[in-house]
Amino acid sequence: MNDMNAVLAGFGGQGILFMGKVISYAGLIDGKEVSWLPSYGPEMRGGTANCSVCISADPICSPLVITPNVFVAMNGPSFDKFIDAVVPGGIVIIDSTLVDREVTRNDITVCKVPATELAEKNGLKGLANIILIGKLMEQTGFCTMETMQKTIEKIVPAKKQHLVPKNVEAIEIGMNYAG
Amino acid sequence: MSERVLMKGNEALAEAAIRAGCRHFFGYPITPQTELAAYMSKVMPKIGGTYLQAESEIAAVNMVLGAASAGVRAMTSSSSPGISLKTEGISYMAGSDLPAVIINVQRGGPGLGGIQPSQADYWQATKAPGHGDLHVLVFAPSSVQEMVDLVGHAFDKADEYRMPAMILADGMLGQMMEPVAIGEGSGGSNVEKPWAANGHKGGRKHNIVNSLYLQAADLERLVKERFERYAVIEEKEAMSESYMTEDAEYIVVAYGASARVAKAAVREARSQGIKAGLIRPITLWPFPKKAIKDAAENAKAFLCVEMSMGQMIDDVKLAIECSRPVEFFGRTGGIIPTPAEVLENIKKLAGGDK
Amino acid sequence: MAIVFQKPKALTDVPTHYCPGCTHGIIHRLVAECLDELGIEGKTVGVAPVGCAVMAYNYFGCDMIQAPHGRAPAIATGVKRSLPDNVVFTYQGDGDLAAIGTAETVHSATRGENITVIFVNNAIYGMTGGQMAPTSLPNQVTQTTPYGRDVKTAGYPVRVCEMLSTLDGTAYAERVSVDCVKNVMKAKKAIKKAFETQIAGKGFSIVEVVSACPTNWGLSPVEALDWLRANMLPYYPLGVYKDKTEEEAE
Repeated sequence: MNDMNAVLAGFGGQGILFMGKVISYAGLIDGKEVSWLPSYGPEMRGGTANCSVCISADPICSPLVITPNVFVAMNGPSFDKFIDAVVPGGIVIIDSTLVDREVTRNDITVCKVPATELAEKNGLKGLANIILIGKLMEQTGFCTMETMQKTIEKIVPAKKQHLVPKNVEAIEIGMNYAG
Repeated sequence: MSERVLMKGNEALAEAAIRAGCRHFFGYPITPQTELAAYMSKVMPKIGGTYLQAESEIAAVNMVLGAASAGVRAMTSSSSPGISLKTEGISYMAGSDLPAVIINVQRGGPGLGGIQPSQADYWQATKAPGHGDLHVLVFAPSSVQEMVDLVGHAFDKADEYRMPAMILADGMLGQMMEPVAIGEGSGGSNVEKPWAANGHKGGRKHNIVNSLYLQAADLERLVKERFERYAVIEEKEAMSESYMTEDAEYIVVAYGASARVAKAAVREARSQGIKAGLIRPITLWPFPKKAIKDAAENAKAFLCVEMSMGQMIDDVKLAIECSRPVEFFGRTGGIIPTPAEVLENIKKLAGGDK
Repeated sequence: MAIVFQKPKALTDVPTHYCPGCTHGIIHRLVAECLDELGIEGKTVGVAPVGCAVMAYNYFGCDMIQAPHGRAPAIATGVKRSLPDNVVFTYQGDGDLAAIGTAETVHSATRGENITVIFVNNAIYGMTGGQMAPTSLPNQVTQTTPYGRDVKTAGYPVRVCEMLSTLDGTAYAERVSVDCVKNVMKAKKAIKKAFETQIAGKGFSIVEVVSACPTNWGLSPVEALDWLRANMLPYYPLGVYKDKTEEEAE
C-alpha cells in the first residue's frame, strides 16, 4: 500500500485515538509523512470517537479522510457511518466481538477479528485496539514488526514501559489471527 | 536538524512560543485551543515561567498588555468568540505600540457558532482586529511545522515593528498531529526595549505606555507615523507560497487548512490536464498582493477557496485590480471542503477550455 | 533655610487637570510621598485607569501604563508576573474598579496578586460628567439618576472593602478618607502600609479613599466635604477591613 488514508472509529474509551497515534508514529519512524486528525468536541465525551490517519511518501494535503482505503470499526454505529465511504479495494477491519453487522459490499476486503474477546482471553484487557493494529499490519504491510516494536517503546510512557511486552503480544495476536 | 516528533498543532504552538523565549502566557479555556493552555500550564512552572488562567479573555489579553509593557515576550490564545473579547486589548496594544502574540484557533461563527474548524475570522483579523486605525501582523500557517516556524517569526516581527502579531489558525490545524521538528528557537528578543515600563531606577525619565492623545493633531500625527511603519511592512514582510503557478491559467488562492485541500485539488487538476496552480498567502496582513498580481499576468481566472462565505476574496480582487474573474468556493459553519469539491470548481472555472 | 514643605519627588512638575476642590490631588500627593519615603519610585510601575485619573501617567514620576477601562488590575498582574521584584500599583476610580472592572478587581484580589490598589470612591462618574456610579448612594441625584438612585431599579451601591475582605487572597484592605487633616494623615499611613504589604510579598492590598467630587455633586469644595461626611461615611464606614500582614507567610 502506497498511501494509507485510514478512518478509525468506535466508542470513546476504546483507545481509538491512541490506535491512530500508534499507526502515525510507526509511519514517522519509517521516515514517512503522516497526519492524525481526531474528531473533537462533545462526541469525545462518552459518545463515538473517530480519527483520520494518513501515511504517505509525499506531504499530506488534507488530513481529513473522507474516502478511506483503510477502515477500522470498533462499534456498530461507526461501522454504519463509514462503511459506504470506503474506496473500492479498501480494507475494512472489524472488531467482531462488538460489531455484528453483515457486510454487503463485495468490492472491499473485510477482516473480522474478535479483538475484544481475544484481548480478554489472553489477559490483555483494553488492548483490543492494538490487536486490530496487528491485523492491519498483516493486511497492508504498512510497517514492519521491527518498526512497530520501536513505535510501542516510544509511545508507551517511560513510567509504563512494563506494558511494552503486552502491547507487542497484542500486535502478534492480531497478525496471526486467521479469520 | 532536530528530531521529528508527532505533535498536536496546539501543543506545537505552545512549545514554539517557549522556544522563542515566551515565559508569560495568559489564557482562558475555549475549544478548540485548550491544549495550548494545558501545555503551557504543564511546562511553564518547570522553567520558571508564568502560566495564568485569567478570569476572562479580556483579563488575559490585558495581562499580556501588562507583561508586554514590562518588556517581556507574552502571549495569549483563544478561539473565535474569545478573540472578539480580546479585540479591546489588541486595539490598546496597537495604540501603545506594544509587541505581543495572540493565537486564534478559529471555529465557526457568528455568536457561539460551533467548535469545528473555520476561517470566518479573516475580516476580523485583517480589517478590524480592534477599534481605530490599526493593523496587526497576521500569519496563517497551514501545517503543524509552519505553526512552529511562524510563532518564532511572529514574536520577532512583533518586537521589530512594536505591534501585536496574530497567528490565525483553525480547529483542524490545532487538533491535528503531524511530524514536526522544533529547533532551539531564538530564545528571546535581541531587540532593545528602552520604552518598557520596568522601573526607571532613577536613571532616566519615566516611561509611559499609553494610547490616549486628547489633542486631535497629536493623535493624527502618531497614527500617520504608525501607518508609515505599516507601509514598510507591506513592502517587506508579505509571505506566500506559489505552487505550480509558473504556467498556470487557473489560480486557486487559499490559506491555512483550506490551502491543504486546495493543493490536493490543484494536483489532481494538473493530472487531468488543467493548468491549475495555487497561491497560498502565509501572511494575511500584509496581504501578498504582489505574488497574486504577478500570477495574474498569465492567468485566465482565479478561484478563492475559504472555510467561510468568502472574505479573503475581496483582497484577491483588490490585488489583481479585478483584472481577471475571481470565483469563490467555500464551506462554512465548521465544514472542511473536500478536494473533490474544489476540483469540481476548478473544472467549472476551466469551463469550455477543457 | 530649612525646607519644611515641598512637592514629593515622585510627582512630576506638571499642573494637574483636576477640578477645584477635587481630592485626587491630595491622594496623588500621598501616594507620591509614600514612594519617596519607601525609596521605591525607581522600581515602581503604576497603572492609570480610565476616568478622571486617566492622565495620572503624566503626574506620577515612576514608569506608568494607561489601562483600558476597568482592566488596570489585569495589567498590573501582567507587569507584576513579569517583574516580581518591582512594585506595581493601580490607581482607579469607582466606575473603573467596581463596575466595568469588577471581575478584574475581584480576581486579582482572590489570586492574592501581590499588587497595591488605590481606589478613589467619589460615588460618581466624574470624567463623563456625573453619571451614576456603582457606589452612588441610594437616592443620590446624578445625571443618569435625575430622580435619585432608586434601589428598586438601579440596585444598591457596592461596598468594595467589605466585599474584598471576604476573599482569602486579600492581605490588606482599609477604607480611609481625605476630608480633614486627621483623616489625610490616616490615609497616608494606610497607603504606606499597603505598599509595605506588597514589598513584604503578602499579597493583594487595597486602600479605598472616600473622596469628594464638588463639580459633579454640584457643591462648593467645602459643602462637598460636608456632604461626604454626612452621607458617604455612614454608608462607607472608615476602618481596616482586612489585615493579614502580621500573619506568618504560608
